[in-house]
Amino acid sequence: MNSSVLNKDQILSWLHEIPDPEIPVISIVELGVIRDLTFNDNTLEVTITPTYSGCPAMKQMEEDVIKKLNEKGFSKININTVYEPAWTTDWISAEARLKLQNYGIAPPEGSRDKTALMGEPKSVTCPRCKSKNSEMVSQFGSTACKALYKCKDCLEVFDYFKCI
Amino acid sequence: MNELVFKYLLRISDSGLILAQRISAWTGHGPFLEEDLALTNIALDLFGRSRSLLDYAGNLEGKGRSEDELAFFRNERHYYNHLICEQPNGDYAQTMLRQAFVDAFELLLYTELSKSKDQTLAAIAAKSVKEITYHKRHSFSWVKRFGNGTQESFTRLQNAFHELWPYTGDMFEPIEGETDLVKNGFVPDLQKIKTDWEKIIKDLLEECNIRLPENVYMHSGSAKALHTEHLGFILAEMQSLPRAYPEAKW
Ligand SMILES: [Zn+2]
Repeated sequence: MNSSVLNKDQILSWLHEIPDPEIPVISIVELGVIRDLTFNDNTLEVTITPTYSGCPAMKQMEEDVIKKLNEKGFSKININTVYEPAWTTDWISAEARLKLQNYGIAPPEGSRDKTALMGEPKSVTCPRCKSKNSEMVSQFGSTACKALYKCKDCLEVFDYFKCI
Repeated sequence: MNELVFKYLLRISDSGLILAQRISAWTGHGPFLEEDLALTNIALDLFGRSRSLLDYAGNLEGKGRSEDELAFFRNERHYYNHLICEQPNGDYAQTMLRQAFVDAFELLLYTELSKSKDQTLAAIAAKSVKEITYHKRHSFSWVKRFGNGTQESFTRLQNAFHELWPYTGDMFEPIEGETDLVKNGFVPDLQKIKTDWEKIIKDLLEECNIRLPENVYMHSGSAKALHTEHLGFILAEMQSLPRAYPEAKW
């Protein structure tokens, strides 16, 4: 693609087709890891930021981005990783939060500042029965971004997307 | 200046890398599933942070060394990790107390580094602070649980304390020339961090009925890449595959 005019919305909508490798119901755009798109000397530069420093899915996301954009006709793609500003769950949209909940993952509750100060909430809403009567089982869940909770009403154990 | 920053980056990235290698040995062997997941996640955070730091160090050095080359093709006399990070896992009390000592230190250090005049370092540090906050909450809660649990758990914590305490002083040893980095606003003064760290650890251990001893002999040497006998074994295991197959790709 030789057009030097960059249609960011169009490219974003293509990237929106890429699911998060670990939580396939939301896209990598909804996750908030795509930070910018620029076009220089026939190279499309995609700026991304990692969710967690050691998130093993980042590599997969990079490869998926390159594959998708190759399919769309871009041959020169450069992935630029930035750390500032640091990724935060505040970037996850309301729509994506609803998708998480329907998928069985409790979305982040409250603000990251409060969480940093007070720790994880004592109870979060169970994504299955919507009861607030739950307790934390472990600060660390199936992936770096999640904690493990247990609903005391329906007794289901569920993932909570940590607020950072 | 770049050479000095390079060495400083090795000091902090090696510490994370070696501790991550140590605690990842618990994967599949944790006392129960949630703890197994917790330690694996913490190890991942540390590996990830070290990757970012080593990648940056390689760029600064300008010799084309990648993060992998820096991690897998240096021997122990070129590793600058803190001695405490290479100490054996021992039992779970020892693993958690080692983690608490390091987490408290890192939270103070990385909070200061997030204000560094070096913007890349500041950005990596700011991200790490979020993660270390979780690590510290986890390790501190375990130390308190051991200290106030049963006689058995208290004894284990106390034994771990005697084992590890003499390696804590080494975290506050600066590398040669570090004062220049402090003067230029690149890195914080370790003496200041030491004062805060001692207060935090004293409070933690008092809650566990362990009193800090005075005038204990402190090991040192890692700032000059001098290590205990453990590091060589860790590197042998960690580096064997890339050294046997240097061209191997994932
Ligand atoms: Zn429920």
